[in-house]
Order: sequence, then structure tokens, then C-alpha cells
Amino acid sequence: GINAEYGEFQTYQHYIKRINLRKIMTNVSTESTVSPGCDNVKIVITILSGKGGVGKSTTVAVMAGELASRGHSVGVLDTDLCGPSLSRMIGLKGSIHSCDQGWLPLRGAVGKGTISSISLSYLVDDQNEAVIWRGPKKTAMIKQFLGDVCWGELDYLLIDTPPGTTDEHMTVMEVIPGCSAILVTSPQAVSAADVLRQVTFCKKTGANVLGIIETMSGFVCPNCSDCGLIFGKGGGERLANHCGLPFLGSVPIDPSLSRSLDKGELLQNMGSSTSSQNYSDIVEKLLQT
Amino acid sequence: FAEFGKQWYQRRVRGSVGVVDVDVCGPSLARIMGVNGQTVHRSAAGWSPVYTVDDIAVMSIDFLLESEDSAVIWRGDKKTGMIRQFLSSVDWGELDYLIVDTPPGTSDEHLAVVSHLKETGVTGCVLVTTPQEVSLADVRKEVNFCRKLRLPIIGVVENMAWYECPKCEVRSEIFPATSGGAEGLCKGEGLRLVCRVPVSPKVGRSGDEGVEGEGMPAEYGLLVDEVVRFCG
Repeated sequence: GINAEYGEFQTYQHYIKRINLRKIMTNVSTESTVSPGCDNVKIVITILSGKGGVGKSTTVAVMAGELASRGHSVGVLDTDLCGPSLSRMIGLKGSIHSCDQGWLPLRGAVGKGTISSISLSYLVDDQNEAVIWRGPKKTAMIKQFLGDVCWGELDYLLIDTPPGTTDEHMTVMEVIPGCSAILVTSPQAVSAADVLRQVTFCKKTGANVLGIIETMSGFVCPNCSDCGLIFGKGGGERLANHCGLPFLGSVPIDPSLSRSLDKGELLQNMGSSTSSQNYSDIVEKLLQT
Repeated sequence: FAEFGKQWYQRRVRGSVGVVDVDVCGPSLARIMGVNGQTVHRSAAGWSPVYTVDDIAVMSIDFLLESEDSAVIWRGDKKTGMIRQFLSSVDWGELDYLIVDTPPGTSDEHLAVVSHLKETGVTGCVLVTTPQEVSLADVRKEVNFCRKLRLPIIGVVENMAWYECPKCEVRSEIFPATSGGAEGLCKGEGLRLVCRVPVSPKVGRSGDEGVEGEGMPAEYGLLVDEVVRFCG
């Protein structure tokens, strides 16, 4: 993976010394212009899905890469505390450092933009250890991630969530009332039914739904190029029409992307896999809204 | 996934089976078993579960919701309370097997099930994964969870292990096993790899329609046999 390096932060208008990233929670001296929380983030987007395994974290990771490579400053926060897979996919490695004002996210350059990342996995020594936390403890951790981390001036903050509509989602909506949302579904009706519930959740919490993305939308057999619709067809678009929401696009199953994410090599391989164009189109559509 | 394995119980197992869906926020089990939209009845003995055509008893929050898009926006303590009710206030009758479907993760729902069934005990757990390392990383945590709480692990099922093209019959890996797949994980953790199941459009379709489809992957049979053997 890419080792996050701290260099000159023009946006923070101060200079942070290069620190050995192996140390945990080293105090870094900064000027007082850095402030904790996400008040200086232009657009906060929570990504939700009803069911697990539909490709939500994958979508967050690739979207972050696409936005950053277009020159934007993007934050990514993983609130899936039991299964924080986003940090592996993004590929930034290191420890969370703190300054007087709060915690600093890990940061890496991607094209002309940057990605800043916060995940529980940066705080945990043993990655195989189960995080068996009940609601209140998860809520407290997420509030820290949102309120104590100095996210700085970002164009976007993408928040990955676990499947469902529970503690994590409610906490995010409470802390960031002006949050937008993107819903991810697979084409199956079973998955779509769960997304309907999420639409209801967004309505109830006042989140602005930017649209629906359909993942696992077919697989092109490498041998005969027949496109197999493994999980059915059109569920995402039907759902979007049914709810009066924008359909942002669909993404096929992509083994090469899966491989890149497993190895934390997404950011080096941006644009080079089968589904890259699909994601690029989705981000273009998003930027136009 | 596990729902399809459960459907096979009816054919292969001599015994009564009950299924409870503790994924309170995303209760898809009822639809997959073909009984969504039904209601539960309350009697002196408690709630009565909904029975499928094959006499499998099902309990899910789906039966208590007003409509398909009602959102269950509950925090952990409320979910825990509901799951306790599913386990204690439902008139299951005499069951040979009770299968509990859980959401991903290791949180309130899982703790609720384990703590409530402390007296009867949980006979075993089946862990389901897909081949990629991202998925295996989470399953290692689940293994850790089971060990911490002393839950016996029956074994691991690798889902979506491959895809067979219906046109040319060539097998493709749709989620490459970059770190040895479930087999590697099982070797490392000393667990049994019960079966590897391919992705099948038929399974997806039958889940959507709630009907037991023709041409279910034969691999599910291995899962059923192993569970019966383990519990026997």
C-alpha cells in the first residue's frame, strides 16, 4: 500500500514535520488554524445499503479514488466498526496521529487530489481481533471520528456504513443533519426490498438522497463474452423509478477490481479495470448534480 | 445465503426445523422462504411462527411490519429486546433444529442470541464467506468472536466460489482468492471447509420469488449433511 506521508499542508497553512509512522498517537505541533470536526467539509455523503456484500465499501473506495484523481480533496470515514474493510481497499497504511486540536487522518495524494482516511483498523493492533461492541460504544466511537478528527477543508467526506439502518446510521445523521446519501443495491429484489427501507430511513432523518447505484450488475464471461445476469436485471433502476430517485448507474462484477482492493492497490490501478468506466460515469453524473 | 441450505433440510433431514431471522434491520429471510407479508398470531402459548409449505417454522420481524418499506430504525438495545422475544416468546413447539440467521458483524444481535441461549446453548455456528481477502478478514474476526464466547464452529462455507457460464460452461473466478480463499483460512484456523458453493442465477431468482427452485447447487447438500453429523 501507499505509506501516508505528512508534508506541507497548504490547506491547513502550516507545516507538519515528517514523523515516523510506526509510532502511535505521537503529538504533532500545529498552528491553531486546525480545528476538529467536519464543519469545513463542503459535501458529506453517507453510503448505505440494506444488505451486506453488495459492494458498498468497494463503491466508496472507487468513488473516493475517482473524485481525488479529478483534483478534489476527499475524506473517507469507515463507520463499519466490526468489519472495517474500507481502509484495506484504500491502501493507506499507518497510525493515527494527534495534535493539540484533535486527531489527524491518514492522508495520501491521488493524482491532483488527496484522500484522507479514518478507520478503526488504524487503532487496532491485532487485525483478527473481533470488535464486539454494543450500540452505545459504537455510537461513542463514531462521534469521536466525526467530532475529534481534524478533517480540515475537504470537498467531500464519504462515510461508509455497515448494512442496515441502526446505531451507526442514526449517529451519523444526528451529528451531520445536512448529510446527503447514496444507496447501493444489487439487482436482486431481496436486496432492493432492503433499500426501500433505507429510503424510508433517509426520508425520516431528512437525508438528501443523491441517487441509487446498482452493483454486481452482470458478469462478462472472459471465454465467450456472454454477459451473465447472475443476480437478475434492472432491480436498481426499477427501484429508483419507483422511489422517484436518480439512478446514478450500474457496475458489473469485476474480478480485477476485487483483486486490486484485496491487495490495497486500488489507487495505483485507478482506471485500469473493467468497471472503471462505469464508476467514472457515475462520478461524472454525481458531479453534475 | 444460508436460507437455501435451510430449504434443503426439509428434504434430507428427519426432524422439525425452525428458522429465526435476527437481522432486524434487513429481514430478507421471510421473502426467501416464501412467507413474506404474513402475520403472526398471538395465543396464550406465545406468538405462533409462520409455517412454510414444507412445515418449516419461521420467525422474522417482517411479519410484524406494516409494509415492505417500513424501516426498522432501532438502536442496539431495542434490537436486543426484540431478539429476546423471538427466542423466548415464540411458541416453537418441539424442534429438532433451530437455525438463526444473523446480520454481518459481531455486535448487538450476535450477543443477544448468545446470551439468551446460554442455558440451552448454541450447538454450533456456520460461517459464510466469499473468496476474497476483504471478506476473509472479516470472517477471521467472526472466528475470534466464536472462540471468545466458546461457540463451537461447525465449519466454513465459501459462497460465490466460482461462476459457470451457462453458455460455454467455462468456470470463472468472479472474486479471486488472492490470499488462499476459504481453504487457506480454514487451514490457518484449524477449521473445516464444509463446502464451496458457486454463484447461481437460479438461486438468486428463487430467493427473490420465494420458491424452491430447480437446479439448486448440489453443494448445499454437503452443508446439510455436515450440520446433521455435527449435531448428531
